[in-house]
Amino acid sequence: MALSGLQIYKLLPKTNCKDCGFPTCLAFAMKLAAQQVDLSACPHVSDEAKEALSAASAPPVRLVKLGTGAREFQVGNETVMFRHEKTFFNKPGLALRVKDTEAAEAIAAKVETVNAYSVERVGIDMPFDAIAIENTSGEAGTFADVVEAVRAKTDLPFVLVSDSAEALKAALAVEGGHKPLLYAATTDNWEPMAAVAKAGEGSLAVRSKDGLDELADLTEKIKGAGVEDLVLDPGSRDLGASLAQFTQLRRLALKKNFRPLGFPLIAFPGEVADTEEGEIVAATQYIAKYAGIIVMDRFDPAVAYPLLTLRLNIYTDPQKPISVDPGIYEFNNPTADSPLLTTTNFSLTYFSVAGELDGSGMPAWLLICDAEGMSVLTAWAAGKFDAETIAKAVKTFGAGDKINRQKITLPGHVAVLSGELEEELPGWEIQVGPREAVDIPAYLKAWK
Amino acid sequence: MPVTVEVPKERWTGTIREVTLGATADDGGTRTKTVTVGGQTTLPFLHFEGEIPNPPIIGIEIQDGYPADWSPVLLESWGDAANDPAAWARKAEELGADVIMLKLRGTDGDGNPTTGEQAAATVKAVLGATGLPILVRGPGQAEADNQLLVAVAEAASGERLALGLCEDKNYRTIVAGALAHGHLVIASTPIDVNLAKQLNILISDMRLPLDRVLMDPTTGALGYGLEYTYSVMERLRVAALTGDGMTQQPMVCFVGEESWRQKESRAAQGVPKEWGDIEKRGITWETVTATTLLESGADCVVLRHPKTIDIIRGTINTLMAH
Repeated sequence: MALSGLQIYKLLPKTNCKDCGFPTCLAFAMKLAAQQVDLSACPHVSDEAKEALSAASAPPVRLVKLGTGAREFQVGNETVMFRHEKTFFNKPGLALRVKDTEAAEAIAAKVETVNAYSVERVGIDMPFDAIAIENTSGEAGTFADVVEAVRAKTDLPFVLVSDSAEALKAALAVEGGHKPLLYAATTDNWEPMAAVAKAGEGSLAVRSKDGLDELADLTEKIKGAGVEDLVLDPGSRDLGASLAQFTQLRRLALKKNFRPLGFPLIAFPGEVADTEEGEIVAATQYIAKYAGIIVMDRFDPAVAYPLLTLRLNIYTDPQKPISVDPGIYEFNNPTADSPLLTTTNFSLTYFSVAGELDGSGMPAWLLICDAEGMSVLTAWAAGKFDAETIAKAVKTFGAGDKINRQKITLPGHVAVLSGELEEELPGWEIQVGPREAVDIPAYLKAWK
Repeated sequence: MPVTVEVPKERWTGTIREVTLGATADDGGTRTKTVTVGGQTTLPFLHFEGEIPNPPIIGIEIQDGYPADWSPVLLESWGDAANDPAAWARKAEELGADVIMLKLRGTDGDGNPTTGEQAAATVKAVLGATGLPILVRGPGQAEADNQLLVAVAEAASGERLALGLCEDKNYRTIVAGALAHGHLVIASTPIDVNLAKQLNILISDMRLPLDRVLMDPTTGALGYGLEYTYSVMERLRVAALTGDGMTQQPMVCFVGEESWRQKESRAAQGVPKEWGDIEKRGITWETVTATTLLESGADCVVLRHPKTIDIIRGTINTLMAH
């Protein structure tokens, strides 16, 4: 269980030496409790205290890394059931599965597509994260050949799928040292699987065929064999039962601090449904509800883009909303005679307004002011969206040069700024737009 | 030694209020069936720790005039039916809608404002075409909403329509109409737990029983504020299950309207090739938005594309089977 600041304070030297960079031991303890600083910053802490603290501060869901270099990603380390309680930290990795029984060209084509895929949204590049390779053939040699061939095409991390420890060992030898995830240890094969995982570099997935008891039993045995970086597959391939299992696992880790099941989870949406639509729905559920790695059986950009967007949405820190870059945005090819509207750089504000402008089909310019990522009323109340800010943005981004007649439309909620803005922008006509984005199309229709 | 894992269950104390839409002849309406939502004692689809007596329902959106502003993908899928609200309602019923959501556009094709008589006549026509319960939404401007919905409430007296949107600026008129003529209201607030609670309190102060109130927490589509709606709904649902009586209304999400308004669901050309095929992308956009909101507590998702309706029907059936 996480310790409180005061509990941690009792274990510190209480000398207030400031060597950690904080004024007092209590201040340092508070930072430790908030997980904003590492215990190693204190050079004087006793070994005894270190042990007590590290045991207590070990994350309830273990952090597991896949891959190396630029394509490395990490999963786990989550601390809440609901994103509004704090935030979800490590986005689930999306993988595409290929099988070693597929034709070499088919595999190559899929791998090349996924390797090159990345889609941009609000200035963020969203790539696919991994390739899963399944030993469908059951032959260790065939598996290793395919793994080697795929490795020649990509640096993406692998999920290597096989029941056979021998096949996984052969694949590891040619995989190139990119820290793959080996899938999966079961009651039948956990001993050789643990041995292969321990000898090579990588993490090990553990699959239960009979619920959480079996899963906890297995992870304890495997940890006993010296493998710590585990990923769990609780086994269900039913959408509803899987939701229950994933929720239970997250609760056990966070609320009960149940160590045997404190690991990231892996999901296979393509095994939950027969159809592509079913796979999309299952992947959606797994992104929202607690998966760490999601192995897809189909790849289509028209599906990847929405799923990656959902992942971005769900893993956005609610306390730090994504803001958009201040500047002038164009809608429907505006001309020098099109209206100029303005609002703040809060992402939701921007998207509400942008959605309406886009949907209206009418050309317009939108000047986004730097209001520190706040919505119109919040920013106005905080003094971050005032006449001065707007006038500065107009000048900085040369808004006047874009249009023939110097007119700017304010959000209706800040109509009160009209007078001040007239003073800040001599020669400009200040217009007042609607209070809500939904009324923008009607406003544009009537605009003169 | 074998390990025994105790399944962690939350001991929730609250229950979502059951709300019944539509009234049959026995109850003063003309619907051939009614639909009840709510009644859960746990989070969405967690059958292992509570009761979920009613599955979430699917509403299909129709409009009182040809929606020329809709995505071409949608217009193609509905064809001629979109020209006539009654025909459209019949088609929606065939496709498996639980309820029909009729959106009044506010103006006709030439831009003339809809009158109360016209709105009432359309609602009568739709009531005549389908036996399903109906949600009726105004064009979204408070004055027009008041005028049209009051006429609709009177014309469809006793049908237990759900009237919306009932917002802080016009709730008095809408609630009064619902009270006088035996309807429900859709209480709508902008993605905020406290505002949602406050509106429920105001409505309840007017003596409209809370089993005649649905909550619309305001839907943000995938990529357009979905995470805000998702979290506000989770907060409302947790508050409701923890016993906060003013958050226990079933929630309705206008998924189709928001999903299909976005560029991703409309633009076939001039978009990055990483966006893929327009039709599949649009349907997936709506499917992902609907699924995510069902998982955060939606009791009714209102959809637009026939294919999405099919997918979400299958999803709800799967998640309710246990």
